[in-house]
Amino acid sequence: MREYLDYIIETIVFICGMLSIVFVVLIFSFLLKEGLSFFKDFSFVKFITNQFWYPSSTPLSFGILSLICGSVLVTLGACLIAVPIGVMSALFIAEIAPKGVRDILKSLVELMTAIPSVVIGFVGMVTVVPLVKNIFNLPTGLSAFSGSIMLGFMAMPTIVTISEDAIRSIPWQYKEGALALGATKWQALRRIILKAAMPGIIAAIMLGIGRVIGETMAVMMITGNAAHVPHSIFDPIRTMTATIAAEMGETVRGGVHYKSLFAIGLVLFLITFVVNFVADLFLGKNKNL
Amino acid sequence: MSKIVIKNFNLYYGNFHALKDVNIYIEENRITAMIGPSGCGKSTLLRSINRINDIIEGVKTAGEINIDGANIYDRNIDVDFLRRSVGMVFQRPNPFPISIYENVAFGLRVNRITSNKNIINETVEKSLKAVLLWDDIKDKLRKSALTLTLEQQQRLCIARLIAVAPRIILLDEPCSSLDPVATRKIEELMMQLKKDYTIVIVTHNMQQAARVSQDTAFMLLGKLIEFNKTDKIFTNPSEKETDDYVSGRFG
Ligand SMILES: Nc1ncnc2c1ncn2[C@@H]1O[C@H](COP(=O)(O)OP(=O)(O)OP(=O)(O)O)[C@@H](O)[C@H]1O
Ligand SMILES: [Mg+2]
Repeated sequence: MREYLDYIIETIVFICGMLSIVFVVLIFSFLLKEGLSFFKDFSFVKFITNQFWYPSSTPLSFGILSLICGSVLVTLGACLIAVPIGVMSALFIAEIAPKGVRDILKSLVELMTAIPSVVIGFVGMVTVVPLVKNIFNLPTGLSAFSGSIMLGFMAMPTIVTISEDAIRSIPWQYKEGALALGATKWQALRRIILKAAMPGIIAAIMLGIGRVIGETMAVMMITGNAAHVPHSIFDPIRTMTATIAAEMGETVRGGVHYKSLFAIGLVLFLITFVVNFVADLFLGKNKNL
Repeated sequence: MSKIVIKNFNLYYGNFHALKDVNIYIEENRITAMIGPSGCGKSTLLRSINRINDIIEGVKTAGEINIDGANIYDRNIDVDFLRRSVGMVFQRPNPFPISIYENVAFGLRVNRITSNKNIINETVEKSLKAVLLWDDIKDKLRKSALTLTLEQQQRLCIARLIAVAPRIILLDEPCSSLDPVATRKIEELMMQLKKDYTIVIVTHNMQQAARVSQDTAFMLLGKLIEFNKTDKIFTNPSEKETDDYVSGRFG
């Protein structure tokens, strides 16, 4: 009887495992099929180097340089905000905060992950956007800068939690050894602990970036959606994700526009794949330390 | 005057009274061993001499530890300076996960002793020579310290102390993760270093205490039971507990 039960459970687990793999493969092959069929008629190089995105006017032009620039700019901005604050918070939580404070902070940070991005977008729209407009005296606050702030906010929990794990996994003996040599607490943290935890921290940053690049709802609401190559961080921009989300509804299934959106998806997938791959490299390195 | 004078020293981990009224006079240029059964407070006492116990939450102390006549538990003592003049070697070798060179240079850099590259180079060489490591590793100073063998790592940990020119070296069971051959080599090193430093070593291994030390302290349950010349402790102790312990009747 028990062997029978074992067998059933094992089979269920096996089927579930296989299913998840099958789904991933299906989604990926669908993306690949639709995306690649676009590149049969249009050159890939032109696609990513041309800056004019006129998918439904005549003459047609499918160039996503402006969208790539938009995504990269808003992502870089988000990193500039999220990385220093995130790593410092991780250091504070892992090494400096007294135990009570640490537990509260950790749960708060984890709670931040749970905020839906549409809520973040909405809050940003009614608070950050007007604030940016007034402070920098801009025609509109809907800009890459506002997007960076909100996306930075979204990347922060990932960066904080994973960096904190990396910092806490550094053996206590290192810190003791450094202090015993006359180092101050801060010197021990900066010169030894942070250095030793660096692979893990870089992985955390990469995963945070991965989250930001793929983000759609919040950027669509805050960045202004203007498909042109931005000249400054205060320009409105449009990202690749926002383009797919905004235009998918207007396309004809199987048409060029429809396929071009899948092509954008493919490029996006390539970028996140590279980012995740780099993160994995660093996480793996961390384990061997 | 004795180098280290411990007077009525008490230490509490929260409510736990780990050291009870300890009094010891430790002399310069000698090796003093601390022995006793597990949990008797040897490490605690040793870690009180450079105040590394301060970083543990809930530690309270009473009484004095004087080094060269100054109480290191005085309020206006500079703890970072104290820790650099009282070096410590730990049970498990703990070289930093950076290069061999940077491990030795670490103390010079954090204490702002010098930033002159030539002086740092010289000090690194001198320190590695002092622990007889130089010839083996002079070609791979830029390699990670974690690539060394455990014995070499422990030597490196001693070298990085020597670089900041301490007066006292504390060792907490420095050979417990080493094999017998490596242990003998580290012991020889300690005996060489004795002429320049005051050395205090905690050890579980009574043969080791007998081999390397001139004075021995025997502790039991947080109390110092007996402190005397090593010969006397091992051949003709005054206290019954000491006799029982060194003759292997408990511990
Ligand atoms: N951080 C701490 N918090 C609470 N109690 C502690 C702490 N460190 C040590 N103790 C207790 O203090 C007593 C003395 O510990 P200590 O480590 O000094 O013993 P030891 O003689 O070095 O033992 P061993 O030979 O096992 O290393 C032990 O009973 C131990 O449980
Ligand atoms: Mg101990």
